Amino acid sequence: MDRLDLLREAARKVLDSGQVEGVLALRADHGGTVPHLFHPGDDLSDLALWPKFPLPRTVDMLLSSHPEARLGIVVRGCDERGLIEMAKRHQVDLARLTLIGLACTAEEVAYCPCTRPYPNEIAVGEAVEGVEHVLAAEQARLSLAERMAFWRRQFAKCFKCYGCRNVCPQCFCEQCTLEDDLWVERGVLAPPFPSFHLIRALHTVGKCIGCHECELSCPADIPLTILYTLLRQDAQEMFGYEPGASLEDKPPLVVAGVT
Amino acid sequence: MDYRNVLTTCIYCGAGCSLYLQVLDGKVVGVLPAKQHPISEGRLCIKGWNAHAFIHHEDRLTRPLIRDNGAFREASWDEALTLIADRLREVRATHGPDAIGFLTSAKCTNEENYLLQKFARVVIGTNNVDHCARL
Repeated sequence: MDRLDLLREAARKVLDSGQVEGVLALRADHGGTVPHLFHPGDDLSDLALWPKFPLPRTVDMLLSSHPEARLGIVVRGCDERGLIEMAKRHQVDLARLTLIGLACTAEEVAYCPCTRPYPNEIAVGEAVEGVEHVLAAEQARLSLAERMAFWRRQFAKCFKCYGCRNVCPQCFCEQCTLEDDLWVERGVLAPPFPSFHLIRALHTVGKCIGCHECELSCPADIPLTILYTLLRQDAQEMFGYEPGASLEDKPPLVVAGVT
Repeated sequence: MDYRNVLTTCIYCGAGCSLYLQVLDGKVVGVLPAKQHPISEGRLCIKGWNAHAFIHHEDRLTRPLIRDNGAFREASWDEALTLIADRLREVRATHGPDAIGFLTSAKCTNEENYLLQKFARVVIGTNNVDHCARL
C-alpha cells in the first residue's frame, strides 16, 4: 500500500472508532487540495496529501463553534507542533482531538526546508532527516549592515495583505498589534520599517513552529522564513526551547509572563 | 457539524485570484487561498482575505431603497426599476446622454459587466462607463 492508501486506512479507523464526529484532512479539489471534514461513512477516495495546507487554525475554529465535538485530524510535524503550542496557550483542547501523524517525504522536506519533518507519533510514513534552511544559514553569515539592507529591500515590497498573520497557526490574538493605529498607520504602504515585520516576528518567538505558510502565502515573495528560522535558532540557543517539541516544555516568554 | 470549502474567484478586481470560502453550518466564516491556482498560487491581497466579510454583514442591502423627502424607504424591485427607467429617460431628454454615467462592479460576472456597458453605449448613448476596481 502506498502512503496515501495508508493514510486513508488510518483515517477510516479513526472514523469507525465512534470516538469522533469527523476527521479533518485534505481533499483533492480542482487540481489542488483543500481542508475537508470527512464524516463516518464518507468515501475517502479523494482524501489527499499535497500541497499541504495548515489545519490547526481550521480545527480550532471547528472545535470552538462546537464545544462538545471531538475530531480527528491529520497532522504533519508542523501541524502537530502548531497544535501543541496552541494548547499551551489554551487555544485548543488536545483531549478533544485524535491525531493521525503523517511523516513528510524527502521531496516535501526539500520544498519547505524543515528541521523536524515528522510528528512525535507517526501513524503513516517514515521519518526522514530534516534539512537546514540554506538561505537562513547564509543570512546568518552576513554583517548587520548587510542584513539591514537586505530586509529594507524585502520589507519595502510588503503591501500589508496580512496574509502571513492570517495563515499563521500561532496568530490567534483577538486584538492584533498590527491593526493598532499606535504602531501601524492605516492607508500607508509600505508598512513602517522595520517595526511592522519585527513586531510579528517577536510575537512568534517560542511559538513559530516552522510550517512556512507565511512565506508560501506572501504575494510579495518576502522570504519570511529566513527571519523566523533565525529567531527560532536564537530561542533554542538562548533558552533551549524548541516550539512544539513537547507539551511539557514551558515557552520562554510564557515563563517570563510576556505572552 | 457541516464544514465545507467552496472554490470561487475573488470579486474585488480583475486579477481573478482564486479562493475558497469556508462555510461552517451554512454560514460563510472565512477565506482560504487556493494553492493550485495558476494566477494567485495560494496568495491573496487584503481584499481577497476579507472577501467573505460582506456576505452576512448587517449593513448589506437586501431590498431596494428609494429616497423620499430625504429619507430611505424600502421598495419593491418593480417600483425601483420603474423609477430608475423614468429618471434615466428624463435626465437623458433634458441634459443629453453624457449627463449619465455608469459604474459597474467587480462583484458581477464578465457577462453582466458587458451588458451594462452595452446598455450605456447603445441604449443611453454614452461612453461614461467606469468600474469599482478603479475607485
